[in-house]
This record gives sequence, structure tokens and C-alpha cells, in this order.
Amino acid sequence: MDAAPLPGFLPHALLLSLLLFVIGALGVFLRRNVITIFMCVELMLNAVNLAFVAFSRAHGNLDGQVLVFFVMVVAAAEAAVGLAIVIALQRHKDTLDVDSFSLMKW
Amino acid sequence: MEGLLEGWAALGRSLMERPHEIVPWVVLVLPLAGFVVLALFGDWMKKDREDAWAGPLACATVLGSFGLSVWVTLRLYGLTAGPGGLRFAQPYLGSEWIDVGGFRVAFSLLLDPLSAVMTLVVTGVGSLIHVYSLGYMAHDEERPRYFSYLNLFTFFMLLLVLGGNLPLLFVGWEGVGLCSYLLIGFWFKKDSASAAGMKAFVVNRIGDAGLILGMIFIFHQLGTLDLVDLATNAGALTREGTGVLGPVTIACLLLFVGACGKSAQIPLQVWLPDAMEGPTPVSALIHAATMVTAGVYLVARLAPLYQLSETALAVVGIVGAATALMAATIALVQTDIKKVLAYSTVSQLGYMFLACGVGAFGVAVFHLFTHAFFKALLFLGSGSVIHAMSGEQDMRKMGGLRNKIPITFWTFLIGTLAIAGIPFLAGFYSKDEILLGTLHAGKPILLGVGLFTALLTAFYMSRLLFLTFFGRFRGGHDLEHHVHESPVSMTLPLAILAAACFAAGRVRVPEIVAPVFRIEPRYAHHVEWLPVVATATALLGIALAGYLYLLRTDLPAKIGSALMPLRSLFEAKYYFDDVYDGFARKVVVKGSESLLWRRLDAGVIDGAVNGLGAFWEGFARRARLSQTGYVRAYALVILGGAVAVLGYLLWS
Repeated sequence: MDAAPLPGFLPHALLLSLLLFVIGALGVFLRRNVITIFMCVELMLNAVNLAFVAFSRAHGNLDGQVLVFFVMVVAAAEAAVGLAIVIALQRHKDTLDVDSFSLMKW
Repeated sequence: MEGLLEGWAALGRSLMERPHEIVPWVVLVLPLAGFVVLALFGDWMKKDREDAWAGPLACATVLGSFGLSVWVTLRLYGLTAGPGGLRFAQPYLGSEWIDVGGFRVAFSLLLDPLSAVMTLVVTGVGSLIHVYSLGYMAHDEERPRYFSYLNLFTFFMLLLVLGGNLPLLFVGWEGVGLCSYLLIGFWFKKDSASAAGMKAFVVNRIGDAGLILGMIFIFHQLGTLDLVDLATNAGALTREGTGVLGPVTIACLLLFVGACGKSAQIPLQVWLPDAMEGPTPVSALIHAATMVTAGVYLVARLAPLYQLSETALAVVGIVGAATALMAATIALVQTDIKKVLAYSTVSQLGYMFLACGVGAFGVAVFHLFTHAFFKALLFLGSGSVIHAMSGEQDMRKMGGLRNKIPITFWTFLIGTLAIAGIPFLAGFYSKDEILLGTLHAGKPILLGVGLFTALLTAFYMSRLLFLTFFGRFRGGHDLEHHVHESPVSMTLPLAILAAACFAAGRVRVPEIVAPVFRIEPRYAHHVEWLPVVATATALLGIALAGYLYLLRTDLPAKIGSALMPLRSLFEAKYYFDDVYDGFARKVVVKGSESLLWRRLDAGVIDGAVNGLGAFWEGFARRARLSQTGYVRAYALVILGGAVAVLGYLLWS
């Protein structure tokens, strides 16, 4: 059973989502610590999740909710792999500054 | 089983009923079989000291071919005559060799009087030379190889004269060229021999290019390369005119380039004298009697075409006359016994083309026929002399051999008189007919050249005879002691050929082959004074040579120094070799090196390829700097890309 459409709050929710997304993106580009960047990526994902549920609620359609679950599951898996990589990086170089990992160049 | 029997019975029946459909193929294949056996088992024979069988086997195949071709030629006259009294058979193998689009080439032969005469010459003279080789090559280590080449040559030569269309003829044409190359360079450990082989091959290649172009042109114009169809349809070529550069003339001249290459006519005559590096029987068979006459055969075979173009005939006649005269003058100053004969061959081939040029194709074939006998005899005789002299070829070291090797002397004498044109011998009849042809064609200049060449021919051949067989022996004492008559296997062919020199002139070849040329045979009324003049010319030549080389032996040297410019011109062979050598060195080699190699190949072609590579290498060297290795830089590019895509989606 679909919930009734409730469009009134949509602009606010999208604005919040945009704000969170931009904060996340700026974090990815401006911070150097791998864990911080990683957390910023999570923030971007969740900003998108917020947009999904907002649209879902506004249009009375559950597809957006379903997609959010997918994103969460994948994000969890990604977190597991990502943190493992972070630990491996720390052990390898004794630092977590992204700019010190630049071997993959010409 | 029953079917097999029936098949054999059917084959037997058709063999009895229509032998001319099958026997020519057998004539053709026998020497090839000999070649295959000798080529496959030659080394094995040598190892087991069984190579005494190589020669007799080769002789047997060619003799077998000769016997069968005599039989089938006689049967040819049992056929009903077609238009113009022409009797011919086209043995067809029942399948096509090439069948692409409209281009059809059948596995078919053509047996008519012309190819029958050629086949008899090739197998007849070929057999004698095979037998002669048994004795001449008795001491050679490589007999199986020699006889396998000789057999292969016979096969290709038969294919050349029996082929029913131009492409098959061309296969034979190329094949004899190959065998000529192999046999000139038979003693390939000698540098001059292998160089002469290559020279012959390269010069022939130039002619062959003309022949190929001629074939392509004829097919383009007439749509067929079958010899019978060509003879029938030749007239179609005249639709577009017979002018100086009409299609007929172009076709004929292109084919004549091929004929010039194979038959050593100006300007492609330079290879034949060098070809004397090969064993002497090879010189007799390939470079005198058969292969070099292929050009004459080609022109005669396509006579229906040549008759349509006055220009082409004129070119053929002039080239022939010029070659005849030039080669005869060079022969005057040669000291190598085989070189004299080589230039004599070039000269006589020129004579044949001279006959073609005045439209007397039958007479050209007649001279080809008689020449095959007396020139083979002369070459084999010179081989016998060289054999007796333990390999010495310089006539200045010979002399007085007539009592030491009498059989060789008498047969050689007959050959000399035959080529000089003494009555009752072969050369007299054919030469007389050629002169008559020039007279009838109203070409007094060609008649004059012919007579003067005949004088020179009689002179240089007598000079050869007197220097070799008369006077004192001029070699060393040891050499004189060693001189001996050749074995029977060598003297028997000499005797048979000498007999043939009497008989060959009696065969009315021009009348036999006349139907092939699709013209009314001109039963030319004889001109009484011509044989007299011709005979007088020959006798004058002989007498002059006798005076200079028997009585006043001091005179030749004086005349030589008095006419120094002329003599050096003859000795330098009219500078053809020097000009070609200069051309090859300066233009071809230098041009290839500086222009084609360094400029065009290294500069333009390599430059383009390498330049393209260098350009992209430089581009990549700069472009790869974008791969910084910083994760955030890549993320920025991704962001930029995402923004660009989004922008495009929103604003388009």
C-alpha cells in the first residue's frame, strides 16, 4: 500500500540533501586524511539517500525506499573493504595522507 | 573391374581411331617423365655408381617422343583437309586450365603442319644431341643433373611448339628460358658461367615483359588467346585501322619484343654469345637449333596477325637485316671457335626475321628447319674439336687438325658448305628462297644486305674451318700429342646430321606449312640469276678466306691494323655490352641507390611511417603527464565529467 503523496516538504529536504552532498564533496577534495575522505564519501551517499526518500515520500512511490536499501547494503560492504584497505595503507606507509599514495602515474 | 576393362578398351579404341588426339600428349609427357625420374633418383644413382643409366634413359624418352611424333605427323595427313587445305588437330584434355570471368584457357594442344615441323626438329635434333651428350659428358660428375635438365628442356620446348593457345605457349617459353639458365650455368662453380646464365635470364625477362603485354593486349582486343581462333579472327583487329600505331601494329610489336629477347635480335642480342659458357651440346640444342628459334616460330605462328600490319612487318624485317649484318661482322674478328658460331647463329636468326619481314613466313620456317641441322652439326663438330683439344677453344692455338680427327673434319666441312650456301646443301635452298622473297617484296636494300651477309657468312665460316683444320698446329707439343678422334656416340650424330644437311634442303617446307598462314602460297617464279649470284657470293667468300688464311697468312693482321677503327668496333661488339653495363651501373644502380632508396624509400615512405610514429610518441609524452597518480585529481576529473553530463542533460 503506497503512502499518500505529501509534496509540500520536498524543496526543504532537497536543499538539505544538496547541502550535505556539497559538504561531502568538498571534504573529498579538500581533506587529505583517507579516513576523513572515506567518511565524506559516506556523507555524499547518505545525501543521495535523503533525496531518494524525499522523492519517494513526495510521489507516494516506494521505489526510492527500495533503492536506499540497496545503497545501504552496498555502502556497508564498501565500508568493510574500504576500511581494510585503509588499514593496509597505514601498515604500508605509516601515514594516511592521500597525496603520499601516487605511484600510479606515468 | 568390368568398368575398368571397358575404360581401357575405350582408350585403346580412341587411340586407334583418333591418335592425333592423344599421341601429342604422350610426345609431350615422355621427356617430362624422364626429367622426373632423373630429378628424383639422380643423387641416388650417383651414390650407387648407377649413373651410367641417366644418359640412356634421357635418350630413350626423347627418341620415343621422336618416333611417336613421326607417326602422328604421318597420321595427320590422313585427316580431311579444312579450308585452305589446312589439316590440324586440337588435342584437348577435357578441362580448362584457367576459367575466370570471360577469360578461358583450355588444356589444349595444336598439331598442324607448322607445329609438326617444329616438333620433328625439336625431337629429331634433340635425340641426336642427347646421344652426342653421352660421349661429350662421359667424364662429368653431374651427369644425372645434366640429363634431367636436358629432358626438362625438351618437354618445355615441345610445350612451346605444341601449345594450343598463347598462355600454354608462354609456359613453354618461360620453361625453356629456365632450362637455358640452368644449363648455361651448369658449371656454376665457374663465375663466368653463372654470370652468363643470369645475363641470359635477365635479358630474356625484358623480352618476356613485351610478350605478356602483347598477350594482354590481344585478349583485350579479340577476347581469345586460342591460336586457331586468333588466326580466324585476326581480321577483327583491323576494324580500328591498320595505321602506324593501330591495334594490330601495337600487338605485333609487343610480341616482337618477346621474340627479340628469345631469338637474340637487336637490341636484346647480347645474351646469346655469353651463353656459350654452357656445355657445347647445350649450345647446339638450345642456343642454335631450337630455343632461340622460338621467336621465329612465334612470329610465323601469328603470321595472320603480322600480315595485317605493314609497319610491324617492316620493323621485323629491318631488325632482322640489321642483326644479320651486325652479328656477321662481329663473327669476323672472334677467336673463340664457339663465339664465331654463336654470332653466326644470331646472324642466321636475323636472316629468318628478314624473311618474316618480307612476308615469307614459310621460307623463314624453312631456314629455321635447315639451320637447325647445319648449325647443330657445326656446334657438335666444334664440341668434338674442343673435346679433342682437351677443352681449348681458342682457334689461334689450333690448326692442321684435319688429319687427326678426320670424321669431325669432313662433317664440319659439310656443315660449313651448307651454311655458306653451296648448291645441293641445305643452306643454299633456304637462303636462296629468302633472297627471292626480298626480291618479290620489292626490297632491294634488304636483298643487298642479305647478299652481303651471305658473303660475310661464307668468309667467317671458312676462316673458322681453315684456322682449325688447315695449316700448322699452333698449340703446345703436349696438346698436339693428346689430340684424338671422339667416340662413336659423338661421331654418329655428326654423320647423321651431315647426311641431313643434304636431305633437309629437299624438303619443301614452305609448301608444307603454307596452309597455316592462310595465304595462297606464292609459287614464286624463280629468278634464274639469283641462285647463280648467291653461289658466286658464297664461293667468293670462301676464296677470300682461303687466300687470307691459307696462302697469305701474314695479311689478316695487316688488314686488321689498317682498318683499326672498324676492327675495334667489331671486337667491342658495337659497344652494346658497354652501353648496357654503363646504363645498369650509372642509371639503374646509382638511380636506385640515391633516388629510389635514399630519397623515395628512406625519405618519403619510411619518413611518412616513422613521422607518424614520432608524432604520436611526442603527443603521448605530453598527454601522459595528465596521469598524476593523485586520487583527488582523478576524483576532480570525475566530478567535472559528472557536472558536464548533467549540464548537457539539463540544458539540451
